[in-house]
Amino acid sequence: MSVHGLVLLGILFSSFVTGVAIFFLKEENHRTRTWLNLLGAGLKLILVAALLWGTYRGQTYSLTLEFLPGIDFALGADSNSVLFVTLSTVLWFWTTLYAVGYLEHSPNRSRFFGFFSLCVTATTGIALSANLVTFLTFFELLTVSTYPLVVHRGTKDALGGGRIYLGYTLAGGALLLLAVAWLHSLAGPVAFKARGVIQSLAAGHRVELQVIFVLFMLGLGVKAAILPLHGWLPKAMVAPAPVSALLHAVAVVKAGAFGIVRVVYDVYGVETASELNVLQPLALAAGATIVYGSIRALFQDELKKRLAYSTVSQVSYIVLGVAILSPVASIGGLVHLVHQGLMKITLFFGAGNYAEALGIHKVSEMNGVGRRMPLTTSAFTIGALGMMGTPFLAGAVSKHYLKLGAEESGDTWAVWILTVSGLLNAAYFIPILWRAWFKPPSDPHPAPGSAKRTEPPWALVVPPVVTALMVIWAGLFAEQPFSPLAWVKLVAQREFGH
Amino acid sequence: MALLILAPLTTAALAVVIPRRGRGLAFVTAVVVGAAVTGLFRELRDHGVRIHQVGGWGAPLGIDLRVDGLALLMLCVTAGIGIAVALYATRYFASNLNLGQNRPQEPKDEATHRDYYFWPIFLFLWTALNALFLSADIFNLYVTLELLGFAAVTLVALAGGPAALSAALRYLTVSLSASLFYLLGVGLVFGQCGTVDLPSLAAQRESGPALWVALGLMTGGLITKAALFPMHFWLPPAHANAPAPVSALLSALVVKGPFYILLRLWFEAFPTLLTPAVTQGFGVLGAGAILWGSIQALRQQRLKLLVAYSTVAQLGYLFLLLPLCSNSGGGGMAWSGALMLLGAHACAKAAMFLAAGNILHVTGHDRIQGLDGFARSLPMSAFAFGLAGLSLVGLPPSGGFAGKWLLLNAALTQGQWWWVAILLIGGLLAAAYVARVLTHAFTHLDGEATVRHALPRIMEWTPLGLALLAVLLGFASDGAARLLEVGAPALAQAAKGRMEP
Repeated sequence: MSVHGLVLLGILFSSFVTGVAIFFLKEENHRTRTWLNLLGAGLKLILVAALLWGTYRGQTYSLTLEFLPGIDFALGADSNSVLFVTLSTVLWFWTTLYAVGYLEHSPNRSRFFGFFSLCVTATTGIALSANLVTFLTFFELLTVSTYPLVVHRGTKDALGGGRIYLGYTLAGGALLLLAVAWLHSLAGPVAFKARGVIQSLAAGHRVELQVIFVLFMLGLGVKAAILPLHGWLPKAMVAPAPVSALLHAVAVVKAGAFGIVRVVYDVYGVETASELNVLQPLALAAGATIVYGSIRALFQDELKKRLAYSTVSQVSYIVLGVAILSPVASIGGLVHLVHQGLMKITLFFGAGNYAEALGIHKVSEMNGVGRRMPLTTSAFTIGALGMMGTPFLAGAVSKHYLKLGAEESGDTWAVWILTVSGLLNAAYFIPILWRAWFKPPSDPHPAPGSAKRTEPPWALVVPPVVTALMVIWAGLFAEQPFSPLAWVKLVAQREFGH
Repeated sequence: MALLILAPLTTAALAVVIPRRGRGLAFVTAVVVGAAVTGLFRELRDHGVRIHQVGGWGAPLGIDLRVDGLALLMLCVTAGIGIAVALYATRYFASNLNLGQNRPQEPKDEATHRDYYFWPIFLFLWTALNALFLSADIFNLYVTLELLGFAAVTLVALAGGPAALSAALRYLTVSLSASLFYLLGVGLVFGQCGTVDLPSLAAQRESGPALWVALGLMTGGLITKAALFPMHFWLPPAHANAPAPVSALLSALVVKGPFYILLRLWFEAFPTLLTPAVTQGFGVLGAGAILWGSIQALRQQRLKLLVAYSTVAQLGYLFLLLPLCSNSGGGGMAWSGALMLLGAHACAKAAMFLAAGNILHVTGHDRIQGLDGFARSLPMSAFAFGLAGLSLVGLPPSGGFAGKWLLLNAALTQGQWWWVAILLIGGLLAAAYVARVLTHAFTHLDGEATVRHALPRIMEWTPLGLALLAVLLGFASDGAARLLEVGAPALAQAAKGRMEP
């Protein structure tokens, strides 16, 4: 085991050990728990930075342990993993800070932060998996460690939402297991490799590979909330705000999308997949989800539900980018993996702040909220504008590449979908912004408080402001080195070899 | 090798004479057996199958003891679970606990009595198990099976109270009649072949109606004892009414004994008779067990009954070994897969029953409806229950996953689709009944949390340790598969299932 392998292990353990340690802390040990949390998150950031730098300079990282007969438990860092691991680590740091502030006085905090850390361990594990079985392991670990977070409040609603979440994701996991096992029985152990590993089988096992691909998409599509499989996502909104933020921007939904990226690029390979005619249906499903999610979002009065349907729609941008056969589109899709994360986490931080400071849960209650919570609302606005595709913000960059790619590959319908969805995004975000900034506060707000400024404590304000700034940075400096876009171009180069 | 039988036997006898030293004697046994198993492991790894001729007589005349990969795995599992249960029991029987029924404190001497009775019988059970796994002929297997049955019944009766006693009585009746069937079969085989030694039987390659009748009788007796669906009816009451450490022993080890004999019988003595009809038949029963057991588990109102029905379901997986190991290709995978499941289930189920025992102790009942918020008062037990659940569901990296993965691969390689479906559905059903219990762990209770009970530490740590073991067992699966190859029957070797990368 080399030092480089240890970096990978360190990235996993920095949150795993933290999580386990936190389980054993007494509820009252607020200070110790907070320090442990931040220590873990900080350490992980440093290690990921080292990984990023190393990978940039061409260093390879890998680590294998004996696992199943003939199959290793393998970790590695290619440019795809680095993209996802950086995203989740950076956002985890801010979410942890936010969660510490958010759950200040609620019960069962040790349990919460314990599972919170395990959840991030699983997510980084997914990012760093180097073969399918390892990926599956962390994918299931993610399901399991997120369940306690979803039902954290322990109310009837929460437990109900948790049950639905578990039902969907475990069924998806079973399909994924079947897909992995089946592919294994055809191809032997499958390690991820740029441009795919099963080209040689494509001729002899055409139908089987097609069915396996469908199974993969069904299994991963549950988490990525692709159209008929999205039912759990709005229900899981009962979770506390930091969990929703994590679920939508970093962990669960992203894990599904990232899995699809892996399977299409690094298991099947884009060329083989398109040869098997499996990408077109995937693109159509993604397109349908984009429009459907946006339309459903229009009719939600509950803020978090509106954001949830917006996620359903936005995550399929990633899938669409992957499924359209064009390097430019995949740049758009992959960069949206990062951009959507930044924007959506900002929005959820904002929604959480409204609920926490003023007891606002519905869009109809948001009149004049901008004047009372200017910092939060500014961050929220940047997130929303980004989602709509306003120029110079992150969302516009992804959409630009997606549209270019769709035109390049001749999928004009996709261009239309993106345009329509952009309009719909505006239709459900602009009313919120209008109410927040331009309508007079319709007092009394559900929660007591003066009509003056009532920003929540700094731990709740700093994270959305920081992530909003990142949204601007990712948009304004997209063409500079060290932006998400620059890295994604590197990935696309490897996958398409131009 | 003989030490594995003699050590627990001697201490069991001593424990009868000096009951106050039961705990100490169990400790000595644990150390000796642990060391002996480790020694055997080394020998096996370096020299392959080991045979010990008791008294130097040798097969047809004397008694042979034999260890191959399978036997060693069973011995290891028995030692592991035995040691864990013994640790747990030191405090369980010492502190005055409610057992089974929701009874108030009982007189001190009654508890002491129970403590006095438990240790000798426990050690005796251990003796019977070790002897069973070491036996190399079908008559000795009968003797050890009978010993095992008696020890198990007595342990169930230990709980006292009408429910436990009637369950024990039912268990006794079933166990005795099943043994009789088996013995009858052994008699017929001896009449037909003139030997009861496993290798000699295999060499004869006999067949014919009498032999089929004999095999039918033996198999019938064995599947009744192994509680294979639809002969599982005696298991849930017996396992649910026994004291927690006993439930753990029964579910983790005792029912695996007859399954082990079944494997020896079919794969070693009469492999030629393993026709597709026979193996698929076993598979159908196993599938029935998985579905029926899981659905029953979903419908139970009491925690221990739920766990007991889960045992019925999990035993079903083991029998999928037969259809998946008798075909061409992937036989080795199925063989090690099912046996890995066996080991993982032993750890997970013991953990679950011990955790359920803690819950029962603290809440005074085990009605699932009334368990709201039990994670507050018993966080470690709740954790143990959840982790054990992971292995039962078959989520990676647990031992349960490793086993299922191998079975799944064997089924896919052989194109036996129906078993693939059963494996996946079984996992989801298991998830449903585990989640049903865990949901209550997270239910929010108004007001202050129930006081955290001062349960002896060892009683909290033992189930957690076992559950962790079950979850991490997947990482040992490569080694276990290699071990199981030692002396594996021809069918399991036929298609060297280990795929090289």
